[in-house]
Amino acid sequence: MAKVKSHKAAGAIDMTAMCDVAFLLLTFFILTATAKMPEPLPVDTPSSTVQTKLPETGLVMITVGKSEGKEQVFYGMKDRAIRSGALDYMAQKYNVTFTEEEKAQFALVDEFGVPIEGLKALLAMKASDRVKKGVQSGIPCDSINNQLQDWIQGARKANIDEGADKELQFAIKGDAKELYPQIKRVMDILQDQKINSFNLVTGLRGKDY
Amino acid sequence: MAELNTGDSGGGKKGSKKVRSKKSNAKVDLTAMVDLAFLLITFFMLTTSLSKPQSMDLGLPDKEDKDEPKTDIKVDQRRTVTIIMGKDNKIKWFHGLLESPEPGGAPTDAVYGKNGIRKEILKRVASIPQVTGDKKKGLIVIIKPTKKATYRNLVDILDEMAICDVPTYAIVNDITPEEQKLVDEMNK
Repeated sequence: MAKVKSHKAAGAIDMTAMCDVAFLLLTFFILTATAKMPEPLPVDTPSSTVQTKLPETGLVMITVGKSEGKEQVFYGMKDRAIRSGALDYMAQKYNVTFTEEEKAQFALVDEFGVPIEGLKALLAMKASDRVKKGVQSGIPCDSINNQLQDWIQGARKANIDEGADKELQFAIKGDAKELYPQIKRVMDILQDQKINSFNLVTGLRGKDY
Repeated sequence: MAELNTGDSGGGKKGSKKVRSKKSNAKVDLTAMVDLAFLLITFFMLTTSLSKPQSMDLGLPDKEDKDEPKTDIKVDQRRTVTIIMGKDNKIKWFHGLLESPEPGGAPTDAVYGKNGIRKEILKRVASIPQVTGDKKKGLIVIIKPTKKATYRNLVDILDEMAICDVPTYAIVNDITPEEQKLVDEMNK
């Protein structure tokens, strides 16, 4: 006579190992993920179907946006060595001296938008205060006081001094609602220095566009 | 092994003197925890690779020096399509010269996107090499952003160029007086 099988519920699976692995992976991803720094000038980039990613190094990002009704230009260098090199160049050019401490502090700044005269005050601030609205007024880039051009030059010089084999790349990150002449102005500043090829930062658009 | 001593399960009945049989420690149900962990893993995996912003390469021609004599390059008018970008996401385009447009290429309004300007561009990308009889002589798009055009418009139109595989395109900033009339009409 066949034994009547008792209808036994599936036993609980031991999930300890699975849990261990899951958390190990989780820890890994959390640690490797680069924390997104709050941007001093948040912009809403337009989207495109282009798939090329922005390089992580050897890049200078020029952000064009609007804050409190004013057009502002912010400047950010990805490499720390270039940051310090560009700062030295600017300090020399505009006769501003920075202490070692301030230089070290500047090497940690991802993006900023103050005239060189106000940079000292900005560096003295706490990182969380810097991104507050109205603290940074943008880098002057008109024909009378074109500090943006000098920053670009400083970064390129620093790049050469570093002995980089690749030329510094420039990316323009503009707000979608920004009018064309504003972007044109930044492009003109780049072109004045014979930088004719640059990147436009865009978001990702759906496939069926 | 993750185990949790649930302790006295009959904690509510304080007065009860019943001696409970020593119960083996109950296993904690890890299912929810694992679910959560994998959810977080998925999140971090996706965000780390997707958060990198996209970028569009843009190469512009050398700015000409004022001293150098201007050399005009004659381009077959059958190959050129001019796109003028106005305010409020409006486009006006024409094929050939403004005074004597090619057949079917008179100044027309259009919108951005799949059903707008792209249809016209794709049509001409295919037809122009046949008209010129040379595969290398394809469409040339002249992009003219006006002062009222936004950055989004510029990126959209450049994207359109990439989607349609337009062989040659250029951003031109000077607008002729005749074209200005079109612009005024559009930006009104």
